[in-house]
Amino acid sequence: MKSNKGTIRSKIFNRNFIRQTGIVWAFIVLSGVMALSQPAFLTIPNLTNILKQISINGILAVGMTIVLISGGIDLSVGSIVAVSCVTAAYFGLAENPYPLIVPFIAAILAGAFLGAINGFGIAYLGFAPFIMTLAMLTMARGLILLLTDSRPLFNLSRPFINISNKFFLGLPNLVWYFLIILIFGYVLLKRTVFGKWIYAVGGNEQAARLSGINVRGVKWLIYSICGALAGLAGLLLASRITSGNPRVGDGYELDAIAAAVIGGVSMAGGSGSIIGTLFGVLILGVIQNGFDILGLSTYYQQIMKGIVILLAVFIDIRARKNKSKSLS
Amino acid sequence: MNNILKMKNIKKSYSGVEVLHGVDLELNEGEVLALVGENGAGKSTMMKILMGITKPDSGTIVLFDKKVNIPNPARALHMGIAMIHQELYPIPEMTIAENLFLGREFSKIGFVNSKKQERETIQWLRKMGIDILPSRKMKDLSISETQMVEIAKALSYGSKILIMDEPTSAITESEIMKLFDAIKILKSEGIGIIYISHKLDELPQIADRVEVLRDGNLITVENMSDISKQDIIRHMVNREINEIYPTCKNRIGEVVLEVKNLKRKGEFEDISFDLRKGEKLGIAGLMGAGRTEIVSTLFGDRKPDSGEIYIFGEKAKINKPSQGIKRRMAFVTEDRKLLGLNLMGTTKDNIVTCIEKRESFLGFLNDRKTSAIADKMIKQLDIKVMSRSQLVENLSGGNQQKVVLAKWLLTNPDIIIFDEPTRGIDVGAKTEIYNLMNELVMEGKAVIVISSEMPELIGIADRIIVMSQGRLSGILNKDEFSQEKIMHMAAHI
Repeated sequence: MKSNKGTIRSKIFNRNFIRQTGIVWAFIVLSGVMALSQPAFLTIPNLTNILKQISINGILAVGMTIVLISGGIDLSVGSIVAVSCVTAAYFGLAENPYPLIVPFIAAILAGAFLGAINGFGIAYLGFAPFIMTLAMLTMARGLILLLTDSRPLFNLSRPFINISNKFFLGLPNLVWYFLIILIFGYVLLKRTVFGKWIYAVGGNEQAARLSGINVRGVKWLIYSICGALAGLAGLLLASRITSGNPRVGDGYELDAIAAAVIGGVSMAGGSGSIIGTLFGVLILGVIQNGFDILGLSTYYQQIMKGIVILLAVFIDIRARKNKSKSLS
Repeated sequence: MNNILKMKNIKKSYSGVEVLHGVDLELNEGEVLALVGENGAGKSTMMKILMGITKPDSGTIVLFDKKVNIPNPARALHMGIAMIHQELYPIPEMTIAENLFLGREFSKIGFVNSKKQERETIQWLRKMGIDILPSRKMKDLSISETQMVEIAKALSYGSKILIMDEPTSAITESEIMKLFDAIKILKSEGIGIIYISHKLDELPQIADRVEVLRDGNLITVENMSDISKQDIIRHMVNREINEIYPTCKNRIGEVVLEVKNLKRKGEFEDISFDLRKGEKLGIAGLMGAGRTEIVSTLFGDRKPDSGEIYIFGEKAKINKPSQGIKRRMAFVTEDRKLLGLNLMGTTKDNIVTCIEKRESFLGFLNDRKTSAIADKMIKQLDIKVMSRSQLVENLSGGNQQKVVLAKWLLTNPDIIIFDEPTRGIDVGAKTEIYNLMNELVMEGKAVIVISSEMPELIGIADRIIVMSQGRLSGILNKDEFSQEKIMHMAAHI
């Protein structure tokens, strides 16, 4: 029916790419507006600041993207960040010098462990992801507050603080960790068999199962990975704020979800990409930065965030409706 | 007979491509007009225009001798046009009465008069010749009962034109008879029915005239009594299909699958049969007889409570689909959209789902190889797509089914189970699938086919197992095939 340039066209203009290109334009326009209206925006310190601000959320968003594509959701990442923040800090105290690898392993394992519990409840006990991770949100938070008696850990060692804050090639390490995780997420989703299975489970779980895919195993592993990434984020956060604070992470899951959704991940599962999420993260970061420069309170930011989410999903719904109309 | 509908010279284009080239359609009072054609012939577009879902680019619609515009489905309903869809969407938690009167409830100051609604509902249902409690919830009804309620609903709107889209594709033989009785009642009320169906064998029983579309053109309109099935097919596909059910010289060899006393509580029991190499084994039976349950147990989608399965003589414990696949079985499921395809994925994604791992290296995808494999299968099965990147949800039913088949063929199975493989697929595509089955058995594979279409089973199977209410009612050899025998076995134990 369509002309012969259909072959290349249909390869490029599949659903994800349209959403992605839309996102890119939105980001460019947004940044342009910022740059023109606020001279302070396009400065190196400010841009570096934006990247620092988005890195933690960015890492969480990568994990969330993977979970959302599989058709699930993880509301507990904020609490897992708190747990691993304290855990990492504990192994990074100045008075107890452990080799740096120890806090890394401890934090990531702690996160992976909690994520694995999520995964077990969802994949093998049949709990709805919303319910299981909601329960984990409260349990993990309660646990870490209990263990620390609600008091943060201070006096972390210099090497530990350097993990996030030392500069490498002009950018703080924190940003490089985010980049690595981005690449990890991209490769996992797009270049591995496991990634294909994630999309298959999210697209049609029954069909995936009948095709021989170990759906339960896939789900369990996804939540474990998301937890592990939250664990890493917690460590990087501890390093960044130079303390192990059990109260951090409140609301982080919502930011992660927001970034993914703005980036085009469907809450129904089966579609989405890391690149889209990256732009979602960037857009949120630019907006936040803009509000900071303008001196507007964070409450305005929250309202704006909500509007942006609705806007992004609205545009996406319209795009899908138009697409199906033209094909029927 | 009075004429109630005249659609003249309807033209319609989508994105610059003309899909209807000036099609006519006439419907008279109290008649059943069968509308047939391959997928893509233009039937659904014509009906969408009649239903007000879309507007024609040119042409006229004359309803009861008055020229009309049909702007939207709500107006169409008020003009007397109603549709009984292929996929029914009642509201499951509501009762029959509530569904029937949805949007026009009997109410005073906001409180619904349920008693009155239920009384009215009983009247309408009785008119259709059915006796169901109006307080039953929609979700508890069978597909056939849901269909009857839909028809009663259309009646209650005073519809004069009823469009039925593949009404018999999901109901049993006896329910089909009930439907035909209901249609006769509708006819006597003067209601005109446009009957869309791929089941050409049914048409002589129910249709008065038949209209054939092909590639957006009206090919012919004839009285049902003046035209043969062969002629209809020829008009539909413009080529002679000499054999609807192509024969093949398959050699039946050793036993590849043996089932002994298989039982699953509440679903089936005492099931024993065997399957041979090169054989096409049909499974007949009414809906609910347990056919799908048995084959999905063989494949590993369910676990049996007791009984044994032997594959190539070896006792097999198959508890998950992946084990079934390892045992070289393939399960082409009943509902491809629900169970067979990832509708969010591309054609390629769906085709290579099962072999992705096999073709991977250390867990990483080998895109070049899998793309080549997908292209090969698309060519081999003649799947009509623009490219392997096209999303499967946009393919026609027949092509979707081919994608599912392609997926399974790539696993190189020895035993292939087909569950209602040609449901909702047009004649041309059906024959392609039959030919494919023949190729498979000629290669020495074994095939199990579940079908509710008896002519189809009789046409393609070497042996037929008949199931009735979870038990094996009988096994027929080719020389014993007859519709009566199968019906009899399916209805009794």
